[in-house]
Amino acid sequence: MRYSIPVVLFTIIAIFLWKGLGQDPHKIPSALLNKPIPAFDYPTLSEQRFTNQKFLGHISLLNVWSTWCPTCWSEHAELMHIAKHSKITLYGLDYKDDKVKAQKWLDKFGNPYQEVVFDDKGLLAVDLGVYGTPETFLIDEKGVVRYKHVGPITREIWNAKILPEIAKLSR
Amino acid sequence: MKLLLYFLLFLSATAFAAAQEIYSLDSFQKQQQFQRVTEQLRCLVCQNESLADSGASLAKDLRQEVYQMVKRGDSDEQIKNYMIQRYGDFVLFKPPVNYLTYFLWGAPFFILLIAFGYLMIFTWKNKDRVGN
Repeated sequence: MRYSIPVVLFTIIAIFLWKGLGQDPHKIPSALLNKPIPAFDYPTLSEQRFTNQKFLGHISLLNVWSTWCPTCWSEHAELMHIAKHSKITLYGLDYKDDKVKAQKWLDKFGNPYQEVVFDDKGLLAVDLGVYGTPETFLIDEKGVVRYKHVGPITREIWNAKILPEIAKLSR
Repeated sequence: MKLLLYFLLFLSATAFAAAQEIYSLDSFQKQQQFQRVTEQLRCLVCQNESLADSGASLAKDLRQEVYQMVKRGDSDEQIKNYMIQRYGDFVLFKPPVNYLTYFLWGAPFFILLIAFGYLMIFTWKNKDRVGN
């Protein structure tokens, strides 16, 4: 009975610390959550024009990637799968990359993207709050960011985290 | 031979000088502002480093942004708000004081108060047993 207070205090602190161990400080929630994509006007890899207006009228995914990012390579197969089986429009944002290399890469390994915005200086990425590729934004028909996933998309993450968010939008 | 060794050892001290870009600003005040703001912003890649110290590619880009804003004459607050708008509150080393963070800021004082209170009660209750 004498030690009950320290034991209780210890348990409370231990619970908080345990929960803290499970958090990943690198998974920062997007500052753009429930805010519209900021206005932008950038060229694509194929020299077409791409503005934020493109997101209107349908649900989109915007995947930030580059040829120098090894984690992006691992995600690529899953993106091809998503492009094939999902009705969602998948756009790419090529981050601080070499245009020729990027196009060659897509030609070689397959292009899951409807269109790829080319952000060679990374300034658009800063406006979107991107801090580490790969990152994927879920954008609704009004151009509002509804979810952001930091890190590669695996089948499990697609099913457990992203599909539910998409389902929320379609309701 | 010894001289060569000492010379090489001396050189190795300079190996820690980070290769940073040169940002030329025309007033001392602006230089200070640049230094101050980049030290108050967190590098989101190397999260315990400030924008001033970090060698990460993103930190370099953001330092460039801060440089442009300082050059243009923006205030500290404007620059910080620009970053918060894009990256959230976590980009500041000092969390803002708002309804979400009152507990974070107040907890140390609060806990100290409780501990002190407990100590007072304990010594009062046992004043006949403690010492002489």
